[in-house]
Amino acid sequence: MKWDEFFVTGEPMIYAADVSIVLVSLAIVIGLTYFKKWGYLWREWLTTVDHKKIGIMYILSALIMLFRGGVDALLMRAQLATPDSKFLDAQHYNEIFTTHGVIMILFMAMPFVIGMMNVVVPLQIGARDVAFPRLNAVSFWMFFMGAMLFNISFVIGGSPDAGWSAYFPLASLEFSPTVGNNYYSLALQISGIGTLMTGVNFIVTILKMRAPGMKLMRMPMFTWSVLITNVIILFAFPVLTVALALMMFDRVFGSQFFTMANGGMDMLWANLFWVWGHPEVYIVILPAFGIFSDIISTFSKKNLYGYKSMVVSMVAISVLSFLVWAHHFYTMGQGAMVNGFFSITTMAIAVPTGVKIFNWLFTLRKGKISFTSPMLYAMGFIPIFTIGGVTGVMLAMASADYQYHNTMFLVAHFHYVLIPGTVFGVLAGMHYWFPKMFGFRLNERLAKTAFWLIIVGFNVAFMPLFFLGLNGMTRRMYTYSASTGYGPLNMIATIGALILAVGFVVLCYNFFYSFRHSPRNEGGDPWDARTLEWSTPSPVPVYNFAKVPVVHSEDAFWHAKKHNVPLYEEGPYEEIHMPNNSGQPFILGVIMFFLGFFLVFSWFIPAIIAGVGVIIMLAVRSFERDHGYHIPPKEIAATEQKLRGDTV
Amino acid sequence: MKINDTLPLEYRTEENSNKIFGFWLFLGAEIVLFSTLFAVYFTLWNRTGNGPTGKELFEVGGVIWETFLLLTSSFTCGLGIHAMRLGLKKPMMIFFVVTLLMGLGFLGIEITEFVNYVHEGATLQTSAFLSSLFVLLGTHGLHVTMGILWGAGILIQVGRQGFTDETANKSFIFSLYWHFLDVVWIFIFSFVYLKGLM
Repeated sequence: MKWDEFFVTGEPMIYAADVSIVLVSLAIVIGLTYFKKWGYLWREWLTTVDHKKIGIMYILSALIMLFRGGVDALLMRAQLATPDSKFLDAQHYNEIFTTHGVIMILFMAMPFVIGMMNVVVPLQIGARDVAFPRLNAVSFWMFFMGAMLFNISFVIGGSPDAGWSAYFPLASLEFSPTVGNNYYSLALQISGIGTLMTGVNFIVTILKMRAPGMKLMRMPMFTWSVLITNVIILFAFPVLTVALALMMFDRVFGSQFFTMANGGMDMLWANLFWVWGHPEVYIVILPAFGIFSDIISTFSKKNLYGYKSMVVSMVAISVLSFLVWAHHFYTMGQGAMVNGFFSITTMAIAVPTGVKIFNWLFTLRKGKISFTSPMLYAMGFIPIFTIGGVTGVMLAMASADYQYHNTMFLVAHFHYVLIPGTVFGVLAGMHYWFPKMFGFRLNERLAKTAFWLIIVGFNVAFMPLFFLGLNGMTRRMYTYSASTGYGPLNMIATIGALILAVGFVVLCYNFFYSFRHSPRNEGGDPWDARTLEWSTPSPVPVYNFAKVPVVHSEDAFWHAKKHNVPLYEEGPYEEIHMPNNSGQPFILGVIMFFLGFFLVFSWFIPAIIAGVGVIIMLAVRSFERDHGYHIPPKEIAATEQKLRGDTV
Repeated sequence: MKINDTLPLEYRTEENSNKIFGFWLFLGAEIVLFSTLFAVYFTLWNRTGNGPTGKELFEVGGVIWETFLLLTSSFTCGLGIHAMRLGLKKPMMIFFVVTLLMGLGFLGIEITEFVNYVHEGATLQTSAFLSSLFVLLGTHGLHVTMGILWGAGILIQVGRQGFTDETANKSFIFSLYWHFLDVVWIFIFSFVYLKGLM
């Protein structure tokens, strides 16, 4: 590795990125020093083990990554807006669609969803925190450092350029000689381990830490969706761990797993990747289904229609999600029997999904619907997601798929499921639970403006891609000639992308506007909602529940409000046991970052030192004797008095 | 803190019983991890390129010793937990030390074997079969290594603190892990070595 290859050079846009990275870093350092916030940052955020704060950090990181991935998207749309455009060259375009895909799925959708889980699930089940708060912090810092490692590839060494699915042999050392795909394997590995730990943590939390009386079939639907999602995480992510490790061995240590000679098998990568990759799609969509279920039920003032069938259909989806992976490569020649099998399993997924769609519609039926901003996202989701689902069934038919495989039709399809599904889901959830996190609501007028810009922009941007795909425009082509006739529809799509971007800007501006202008003191339950998290004051005290609630039915808080039954048993407060903050997860994350970075460049001596550092951190944790602290009843009473203005 | 005295020491606090459950889930993920590695091996085991086949490479002597050591270490690990349940600190520590020593013996033989393979020209880079063999065995070996370090750390803590909720819990979880490595080895022994020698 020569030093002039270390930093990416020769591209004006990269220099601009270098400058902006330096400026933003300087601004952060100077800002923190000027406002004397270093201590605050360390004590309250970097060392926190509080699930609510970890959730907020996940969501904040996800929004930053949404910005990064969104800029990638705009660059691609700018390039494709006109025929024979010279805005980006082929290599740069390859890098941008690769990082767009990886960042949006793994560093935007995943952390956004996991952030929602963190903030909401312990509150919904009446728990004081997740089962393993320290492990939760480790998960976050693994994700965060993985994301940072992936992002610096842009300016140091070069980004991966073989697509987010990194198919071999294209992603092999032979055809992708830069370190880009080393970044891919190591950054995803680090954050993937964090996600796996999240899976363990939340399954234990949900199965073991529910409030008394909250049977499984009384859990809010979001909690159900999170439980099922984490089971999928637990069984899908180890496959990714192996696939990425093999990729790293092939690229860094010269093994022969996916090579073209010496017995290697490139198709093995495609299979391993999608055995994880397809369940991954459901990992990001099921929690969104859960969020929509809670929101639709709340704003229709009705309990969820078909609760049991909702649960059964999610379980069915989770099982089927492991049986469909080959539909991502029907055209790679595995024969009619195999394609037939995967075609049928894929189409079968439409059945439980359809059940859910009808359940939402029946929940709305005769409901007292109020069109708040979270509800608007939910209402937008149902029809648009259905379009995505129907085109999915079209793609599922193996024989027909040969016609539109790897065309813009596919690109339109998966954006039509992922954006209204996952993105609308997490945005709806963010608007819905915002008062729980910060104690005030987002401004409704601005939120609705942003919603309309986003939904209109989305359809204008992606509807044309269906037609472009049917006309034969393939995905991942960096330019096209005017004679193809793709120009006008591409221009429309670019205009849609710009509208979408404006919507995102309005959405972000709303944070600042609402921070200054939104009314405070709206109480713990501004939406007149149904589930336990709304029984806590907003913002939620560190211990969540002063007394552990007792649940008598589904929609426990609604039941308590309407039937005037107390949620808590009479009696004085008891001492609450809480975990201590710790800097170890953050330090471990930083060491993992350097371990990954050194391996990317095959600097083995520093990598071994970092590896020893990881083992030392594990030993430090093992020998640590930390029994947390106790909040005395007096302090609880004072906090509750201050937050609720009465003595509950 | 709720303490249920009817349960064994390692399960008594809610937190510790959650830790055991969480570790079972983690083992579930580990099963998927090793299953994937086995799937990779079964896909590639015939694809030897210009390199040697399993039949030419494997020698039964070392493997039998490895198997004997690891299976016996699992037994002594179980005896250690049994002693812990009876509250016998010294026997427990002796059984754990024996367990870890046998683990070290296993590792020694495995490393010798790897060195021999490399001397015969069978390296990670030679063929897809050898890549998958080294990574499958290496992942198991890495787990054993981590287990030895972890187990040694726990032994020091038991020595210093005796049996507490925490040390009992850690020892028990370590024993789950150690038994799991044994189970994986049984599959490696049967489906890598025996199948390869046939």
